[in-house]
Amino acid sequence: MTIRDPILEGIGAGWQVIDASKLEADRELEADVAIVGSGAGGGIAAEILTKAGLKVVVVEEGPLKSSTDFRMRESDAYPQLYQESAARKTKDKAINVLQGRCVGGSTTVNWTSSFRTPPTTLAHWQREYGLKELSVEALAPWFDAVERRLNIRYWDVSPNENNALLRQAGWALGVPVAPMRRNVKGCWNLGYCGMGCPTNAKQSMLVTTLPAALAGGATLVHHLRAERLALRGGRAEALEGTAMQAAGIQPLPYRLRIRARHFVLAAGAIGTPALLLRSHAPDPQRLLGRRTFLHPTTVAAALMGHAVKGYAGAPQAIYSDHFLDSVPVGGPIGYKLEVPPIHPVLFATTLHGYGEMHRNLMAEFANTHAMLALLRDGFHPDSPGGSVQLRDDGTPLLDYPITDFVWDGVRRSWLTMAELQFAAGARRVYIVHEQCGGYASLAAAQAGIAQLPLQPQLARVVSAHVMGGCGMAADERRGVTDVWGRYRQLGNVTVCDGSLFPTSIGANPQQSVYGLAARNASRLAEELTARPAPALA
Amino acid sequence: MPTRRQFIKAGLLGGAALAAAGLFWSRGLKEAPGGAVPPGLTLSQRSIVAALAPAILAGALPASGEARRLAVARTVDGVGVAIAGLSAAAQKELGELFALLGFAPARVLLARLWPDWEAATPAQVAAFLQGWRFSRFALLRSAYAGLHDLVLGAWYGNPDAWEAIGYPGPPEMP
Repeated sequence: MTIRDPILEGIGAGWQVIDASKLEADRELEADVAIVGSGAGGGIAAEILTKAGLKVVVVEEGPLKSSTDFRMRESDAYPQLYQESAARKTKDKAINVLQGRCVGGSTTVNWTSSFRTPPTTLAHWQREYGLKELSVEALAPWFDAVERRLNIRYWDVSPNENNALLRQAGWALGVPVAPMRRNVKGCWNLGYCGMGCPTNAKQSMLVTTLPAALAGGATLVHHLRAERLALRGGRAEALEGTAMQAAGIQPLPYRLRIRARHFVLAAGAIGTPALLLRSHAPDPQRLLGRRTFLHPTTVAAALMGHAVKGYAGAPQAIYSDHFLDSVPVGGPIGYKLEVPPIHPVLFATTLHGYGEMHRNLMAEFANTHAMLALLRDGFHPDSPGGSVQLRDDGTPLLDYPITDFVWDGVRRSWLTMAELQFAAGARRVYIVHEQCGGYASLAAAQAGIAQLPLQPQLARVVSAHVMGGCGMAADERRGVTDVWGRYRQLGNVTVCDGSLFPTSIGANPQQSVYGLAARNASRLAEELTARPAPALA
Repeated sequence: MPTRRQFIKAGLLGGAALAAAGLFWSRGLKEAPGGAVPPGLTLSQRSIVAALAPAILAGALPASGEARRLAVARTVDGVGVAIAGLSAAAQKELGELFALLGFAPARVLLARLWPDWEAATPAQVAAFLQGWRFSRFALLRSAYAGLHDLVLGAWYGNPDAWEAIGYPGPPEMP
């Protein structure tokens, strides 16, 4: 059975796709709407705006890769599909950030975990940021629509052993656990979502909304770095893009300029604020690029003494919100528990130490269970997140100092994970911290974890969720965007990605981006066409 | 926690060493005979990575002989490919780090490594790694982390390393 490649088929059928790495001269395009970024926000906006009859151009810095290219090898996937080869770091290099950079954005490489924005998060936004319109009830139709469009539903296949161990641990300790919903259709349960889905089962933007938009006449430009918006009189006139070489690292000396009536920014919570900063967008309250959140994530590995095979099967199927739900949202930082896929490069580089100690742990690779705690940042004054800055070459750099408030949660999350892992039968637990030599019992873990110094680099902290930086608020002094994602200081610029979030989400954010993007793009379509917006699904 | 003053001290020391190393860096680039070196790594950089690999991969590399030599060479190539795939900013930083490590006074002062890289034993290199891993300077700790990720990523990204860890590799697709 040959797997169909909808991208190659579409290109064969005459989709308008421009590979900017092949430009040999400057070029100019005209559109009703230029969308910067082809991930969760840009993909949804592209389909809705195209279906509304608007001429849409989608710009993507990364390459166009599709199922034919997805060989399930980390050595291919990380350089091709991720920002900075999956080695993007915060300014002090204390946090490694996994973020997509390819057509489809992070939806091409995420682990398919789908959650509506938690009610506690929405209530906090309503209370603290005046976002009255963003109630559970008001957003429900948008979440319903994206769930239909992307086939988001409960995963009814048995979880893989790595996930089953989280469930078993929860049952043993009376910690509530639950199954996840996933955006897949006909999933083969292979376990390689993070390297691009080789069967097109994952309902990423790459195989859903972008093909719909392209079939409807939209244009996709890939290998184009959105350099700046040309601003005049409180409006954007054009997007100026720099063509990138095929490898995606160095620029080419060619520009592609897109003139448009409206600009939708969906370059992600590092890329979108950076584009606005490079454009010198007005920011009278100095809020742009501030309050960037990461769900700082801690890792614990457990040697189980039996096969876990964390590389096989849906990467994420089970989670626990107990340590979010059992603490007040504005109190000490809470965390969501999940498990990661365990693949050789990701695991070997995340694991601390080197030499014999590292090698001995790698020898247990297939028998290792790993757990993640995602810390819910941004809900407390002592958790202000980070800020996006620009390097001399204009590329973005996220400065995210880990505050004592966050460190407190880091240590609690280690204790929680160790306790759960021993309850699931772990023989030995390793907190990913340079000073952890492994613990053979819960008592040893509790004593050892209490002593681990809370310092950048010694404690391994990672992130796969970047949020904020163009936060929404009812009051213009609190947010650069309004409740429809409109950038307050520019008349024709709408932000349509996770940068809108005034805090972190407290759950994997893809569905929050989809839902808000559907809502905001539909409103924009109505404004631009003076007709009702088309239904997404 | 290191004090602010210690950070500044490390920064000044690092900065001075980097400035001096820069002179040698440009010379290092010229060492490479045309076409003999894969893109990304100079001969000087290759010799540093070739010295790091046996320490970082102790127990994972073949014990001796031609197999070991080839495995180290392949890892060095893999590091070169990995660096070439990083952002321009990260490549510049790593270039500076390797320039620093390749500059004898800095190697001795900052890395506490007396012999040059070709002569250093895995135990001496491991002592250097251990020093930076637990340095009170965040800058050196982050440099250790970068070397850790490059070498281990190159090794375990290679299918040759998979059998030893019980990883069957990705499934065959129809």
